[in-house]
Amino acid sequence: MAHSILDPRSSILNRIRAARSGRGASSAQEVAQVNAHLAAHPQGPRPYSDWDPIERLRDRAQSLTTTLERVANMGEVPRAVARYLGENKLPMTAVCWHEFGELAWQATDVTVEARPACGDDLVGITGAFCVIAETGTLMMLSGEATPGATSLLPETHIAVVHESRIVRGMEDAWALLRAERGATAMPRAVNFISGPSRTADIEQTLVLGAHGPYRVHIILLQS
Amino acid sequence: MQIASLQFKARAGAKLADVKLQAALRKLQGNFVKGRAERMLELDNFEEIRSAAAAIRDRTLANLDVYLETFERNATARGAVVHWAETTDDVNRIVCELAARYDVKKVIKSKSMVTEECSLNDALESAGVQVVETDLGEYILQLAKEPPSHIIAPVIHKGREEIADLFAEKHHLPRNSDPAALTREAREQLRGHFLTAGMGISGANFVVAETGSTVIVTNEGNGRMTTTLPRVHVAITGIEKVVATREDLTTLLRLLPRSATGQSITNYISITSGTAEAGESGPQHFHVILLDGGRSKLLGTDMQEMLRCIRCGACMNHCPVYQSVGGHAYGWVYPGPMGSILTSTLGSLEQALDLPQAATLCNQCGVVCPVKIPLADLMRKLRERQFARGLRPWPEHAGLWLWGRVARYPSLYALLSSVGVRVLAWLGGSQRLIHYLPFAGGWTKGRDLPAPQGKTFRELYAQRKR
Repeated sequence: MAHSILDPRSSILNRIRAARSGRGASSAQEVAQVNAHLAAHPQGPRPYSDWDPIERLRDRAQSLTTTLERVANMGEVPRAVARYLGENKLPMTAVCWHEFGELAWQATDVTVEARPACGDDLVGITGAFCVIAETGTLMMLSGEATPGATSLLPETHIAVVHESRIVRGMEDAWALLRAERGATAMPRAVNFISGPSRTADIEQTLVLGAHGPYRVHIILLQS
Repeated sequence: MQIASLQFKARAGAKLADVKLQAALRKLQGNFVKGRAERMLELDNFEEIRSAAAAIRDRTLANLDVYLETFERNATARGAVVHWAETTDDVNRIVCELAARYDVKKVIKSKSMVTEECSLNDALESAGVQVVETDLGEYILQLAKEPPSHIIAPVIHKGREEIADLFAEKHHLPRNSDPAALTREAREQLRGHFLTAGMGISGANFVVAETGSTVIVTNEGNGRMTTTLPRVHVAITGIEKVVATREDLTTLLRLLPRSATGQSITNYISITSGTAEAGESGPQHFHVILLDGGRSKLLGTDMQEMLRCIRCGACMNHCPVYQSVGGHAYGWVYPGPMGSILTSTLGSLEQALDLPQAATLCNQCGVVCPVKIPLADLMRKLRERQFARGLRPWPEHAGLWLWGRVARYPSLYALLSSVGVRVLAWLGGSQRLIHYLPFAGGWTKGRDLPAPQGKTFRELYAQRKR
């Protein structure tokens, strides 16, 4: 392709405009329509979703090989983590987000450090912005207090979430983000996590634990 | 990547005789085809969602200039730098300049078909930058120095024993052919690269205009690492990948994993917008490269619908030709029905003479396409263009001309066809199978042609009417 004397941005945009059957650049009216669509951000059609959110989450989690446990409140978390790690014969050493660092870990056998995970840490404990019941998905927002590495680098990821943060579909997750952070607010990274990392690249054989966690455990807080 | 589609026929012949490849391709049908069908049943209103998805893609294509400018404005406001690239060479030049500017010695990559279009790895290596592919399939192919043969399952053509040999040779570790052990071996080899690379390069399944975000859809977790751990993140994608809002993205995400791998949702959907804030871990520099690479040529033409494509691979998984010959026979980055059209349009008709012909026009591809691209129609239009431009071989031209002449005279047509079916019936003998047919020796070399029973349809129809 011959290079034009225009900068690439202008020549690509000019070509796009020329291709619009002689209509040229989008008209002021069309620009207004685009902006109206962005401002209204209408939802598309959603599949049947008249299920009970907790039942649905349980069902989806199972199909993703995510394990799920309900406990009464935050005070129960250290014992729940200790029980989970013990039952699965996993290391009793973990890193966690700062918000969980002050829990009563000393009453258990689990040693916890409140810092972002490095490449060698084996268990990571995080919260989540919300959980999507339709697909059994954790929604994570990046931030100083919510390092993404903790849900990614360790072999085991434990996520602690209040039941009040269960939403039905991804649309509701976006609505929650808009309501709490602002209409077009986006943290640097939004990660949707649905179960342990996996690959089927070799002979289409499913293997859990590719580059990320081998197991994901969700602890739901009832209050 | 150079287009090498003119060798389609020769390559297809070799691939048909490749026993290992044939076994691998049969698995694809079982997993991806059956998986897709099962996951679509979860959507009681699948057709409604599919129509909405096609409309979402058409919406941004209709005002592509406005949506791209909106994306650029919002991405820039969050700290990203947006580059525009006319050609794949321009992408390579921009990435090499960025690597030099940030003094990057090692790059980690998550899977990106656009960078395959560019042959970006070769360009970076020529510039003295080490490139490490981190998707398991792409990592295997990089070790084997081979191109991908499927856009979702790039190493579908290789068996575990072959991969075990390759790993044993390259990693100098005891040989193991268990997929779980091979996956762990790759994880351990790659973990160090993730933590030491200066730049992460990803593609983008979508970019969102509303927020200036790039989106990648992955299962392994390497995409999250590529976009999070290095200090520089470069996302490279085509100008057609823009969607308007996060809600529009959500609708497409209900269909993409289901269509691609038969999953309700992929393990990870990673959306990145701008650079890390103070105190937050994450890239300090975020660059987005928007590639035209021939895409704008399709706008406003009868091929525009192809730009809806979300690269799920369902069309190839369901294509009887792809299922028989695999991806390498097609000779460029994109195989199957979508690849036949993209090679003919992003490349040229002349470079892909056999590809629009490599279809039965059964339209299975069009039926499963999540964004309703009329793939069979588009291939038929490409055939018409080839014919109109005199790109088809002379026997085909002569044959069609002759047929056209004869068909104008119904009685002559009836006479010749009744002679024809009798000759074919006689050739079939008592088994009613034709082992060799003059002028169609290539067809009968691999199989018998069932012989007709000896009368034309018009003769039978007249008989029945009496």
